[in-house]
This record gives sequence, C-alpha cells and structure tokens, in this order.
Amino acid sequence: MGTILKTDKLRVEYRSREMRQATKIALAGLDLEVHAGEVFGFLGPNGAGKTTTMNVLLGFVQPTSGVASLFGIDVRQPIARQRIGYLPELTYYYKFLTAEELLRFYAKIFGLTRSETDQRIDQLMKLVELEHARKRPIRSYSKGMQQRVGLAQALINNPDLLVLDEPTSGLDPVGRMKVREIIQRLKDEGKTVFFSSHELGEVETVCDRVAIINQGELKAIGRVNEIKKPHHANLEQAFLEIIGFQNSSTQPAP
Amino acid sequence: MKNIIAVAGVVIKELYRRKDFYVLFIVTILICLVMASVNIFHDDKIVRYLKELCLLLVWISSLVIAVTTTARQIPAERENRTLLPLLAKPLTRTQLVLGKFLGCWVACGLTLLCFYLFFGLLAGTREHMWPVLNYFQAIMLHWFMLGIVVALTLLGSLVFAAPSSNSTICFVIIGGILLVGRHLDHVALTLPEPTRAISQAIYFAIPHLEFFDTRDLIVHNWPLIHWEFWGLAIVYALAYIGAFLTGACLVFRRKAVN
Repeated sequence: MGTILKTDKLRVEYRSREMRQATKIALAGLDLEVHAGEVFGFLGPNGAGKTTTMNVLLGFVQPTSGVASLFGIDVRQPIARQRIGYLPELTYYYKFLTAEELLRFYAKIFGLTRSETDQRIDQLMKLVELEHARKRPIRSYSKGMQQRVGLAQALINNPDLLVLDEPTSGLDPVGRMKVREIIQRLKDEGKTVFFSSHELGEVETVCDRVAIINQGELKAIGRVNEIKKPHHANLEQAFLEIIGFQNSSTQPAP
Repeated sequence: MKNIIAVAGVVIKELYRRKDFYVLFIVTILICLVMASVNIFHDDKIVRYLKELCLLLVWISSLVIAVTTTARQIPAERENRTLLPLLAKPLTRTQLVLGKFLGCWVACGLTLLCFYLFFGLLAGTREHMWPVLNYFQAIMLHWFMLGIVVALTLLGSLVFAAPSSNSTICFVIIGGILLVGRHLDHVALTLPEPTRAISQAIYFAIPHLEFFDTRDLIVHNWPLIHWEFWGLAIVYALAYIGAFLTGACLVFRRKAVN
C-alpha cells in the first residue's frame, strides 16, 4: 500500500510573546504514516496536538522542524492540497451563499469544469441529503445541516484523502450516524480518511488503524485490536491507560 | 487567475446581498432628489451647487462603502473561520489577497456606476447637456482612487486585528490626505529642520488622492483633461495599488490563520 500522508520528526513550537513564559511545544517529533485506502483515527486528549498536526498538514502552520508530506509532496506547496478534502472542527461557511453556490465556488478553486461541477453537486447533495435545501442560504440551516454542507465541500474535488477534524462534534445521534455512514461509504470507495475524534466507540467502529498522541508525542500506533490487546480492555480504557490517566474513583481512599 | 476571480465573485455577491450599499444608495438618491426639486434662491445657476453637493455625497458614500467593505474582508474570514476550509484548497494566500482586492474594487466600481448614472441623469435633465467623455474621465479616476483606498484598507486589515480600528485609521488617513495632503509641502517650508524634512518626506510618500478629485470638471463643465495626464494619473494609482498589495501579501504570508 502506498503512503498517502507522512510526517517525519515533526516539531512545532509556539513562542510566547511575553518574555517570561516558556516556549510551548505543541508537537515533539511526530512520526506518522497513513496508507492508501485506510481509515485512520487520530486520538488524543484536548491540547494533545491533534489540531496542530492537521494545521501543519494543511499548510496553516509552519513546522519548527521536521517534514510533512501529502502524496509525496511537501505540504507547504499548494498543489499538495489538490487531492485532499478538509472538514474543520467548527464548520462556518459564507452564510449569505446557498449550499449550491458555496460548492460551485470551491469547485472553481479546484478547477472543475461546469459540467463536472453540476454533476458533482448533484451527487453530493444526494449523498448528504440536502437536495431539498440546496437553494437556501446557509444561514437558514441547522447545525447538523451545516456539518453536512461541510462534508459536501470537503468532497467536492472527489479527494483521495479526507482530513476530518472531529466531524461528529456537537451533532445529535442521528447526525453522528449519518456522518459515520458517509465515512463508511468513502471507505468502501477506497478513499483514505484521516480523522480526529473524541468518540472512541465511533473510532472503534470505522477505523482500520489509530494513533494516540499526548503532549505532542506519539504514544501508540497500530490496528485497533493491537492497541486494545495489551490492556485487556475496550479502546476507551486502553486510551486512558496509554495517556497515563489516573481515575481517582478507582484509587483506594487514603 | 481563475482562483482570484472565484474569490472576487464571492466578495461581490456579499456586497449586493448586504444592506449597507442599498441604504447608502437610497439615502444619497433621496437627498439628491430633494435638492433637485427645490430652487432656494431662485437662481438659474443653482444646478451647479446641486451638482457640487450631489458629487460630494457620491464621494463620501463611495469612500464609506470602499473602506467598510474592505476592512471586514480578511478579519471576518478569520473570525468566522471560513479561512480554514478556503486555505485547505489549492489557493495561495497571495491569490486570496488579490481576489479580495479585485472583488472589493469591482464592487466599488459597480456602486460608482450606479451613483454616477443617477447623478448624470439628474444633472442632464436639469442642464440638457450630456458630456459623456467628461463623465468617463471622472468615473475612471474616481474608480482608480478607490483602488488605492481598497488596497490601503486591505493592508490595514492585516496589520490591525479589529475591523473597526482599521476602518477608523483608514478614514483618518484618507480624510487627512484629501484635506491637507496638497498643502503639506507649503506647510513644510514654514517649519524648522528636521520637521521640514519629515513633512516633505511624508508629502512625497503619501498617495495624493486629491489628484483624482475631478468634481470641478463636471460641476463647471470644463473641457476634458488631456488624455496623457489622465493616463499618468492612472499609472500613478496603479503604482500605489501595487505597492500596498505587495505589502499586504508579505504581511499575510506570515500571519497565523487560526
């Protein structure tokens, strides 16, 4: 299997503007490899460095040292983003546009022809079940509908790699199930999906492999079963043990 | 280029789907119509004053639209996080800045066209004269002057985080240039060194927006400006637009997006 996404000793430091505050290390030499056609779960507690990793991969943040590449192209080159789709954690789009206009705008940036765009918009509106609302301004959409527009825009270029930052965050159970179904469908189509989530049950269901990071360091990587096995527990328990979380309720009282 | 045009298209859509432009346009039209319907001093040449006041209103309205529209572009993208899905596409930051500039500039041009069309009809029906070429020269110079304003405001929006502070600073700078810019070198001569040298340096560095103020050309029905001078003014505007946009692209290259 070919490597789609690779980071090599990726390090990101944020220097504080106040002289007395120390430099914050967001990523401390992260090595990752994601192969073609797999659904890869990227896990970690809040502040672990998941979003920073995604920001580096998408060219929003320059790494302090190390290299990140997509399809073998350095992420600093805009062409590396030609074959990816990205759904941010919080989806905010131009609310004065309709879903169709938004998708048409993004399609133009990817250089799709008019007929390709029309065909793709029809397919995506059907996929995310927004056909009835495609001519309505996004400002009139519910949160779940906005998340589905987000998924549609991430898929407009028929990407080979989909980067999803907590795609089900804030959604109701029905919305979460729909997003999960879409990820499963993409997996069946042979697409590569790289996503971060706090919903470990969901990760267990859809992911082929997972990586767990904490404080910018890679703590574990492998198939879900391989991660769970040494801990003799479900993924949530294994995750908590890997990140070194001590549950006070399980400790004996002094 | 297609990416720049795509970004510009969204900026133009945003302008005509917001209320600001319509409010300013309707207020300007109402004031002009009221002024056109009365002849306070029973003076046959009152139309000149009417034209002067209407053009002043058009100038103020176009400046307000140019500054307020441009000032919110990139800060709003950052605040609403629409910048993230946008820059995750194969779109460079330079293309985004140029697209925003083009969109705001074209939107200002369309606004200007509406204002001048209305003004031309109003003045033409009172004077029974239709100096089309004069109007063409005035509109083009006005539009290129707005190009400088848009580029300056775009640069400001990347330096100052809040759109309100950027708008205020831009209004003060633009108002200052239009009101006192032309007198700065005369004032400098009366000052001691080194204030004189600083004032003269400012005089030569600032974009002289008053060069583009051709209201008198229309108000007094003066003959056309020589086309060579007109062309030079356009080149002068393009040089400042280029300088401000280069600055904006350089600042935005290093700016964190989230």
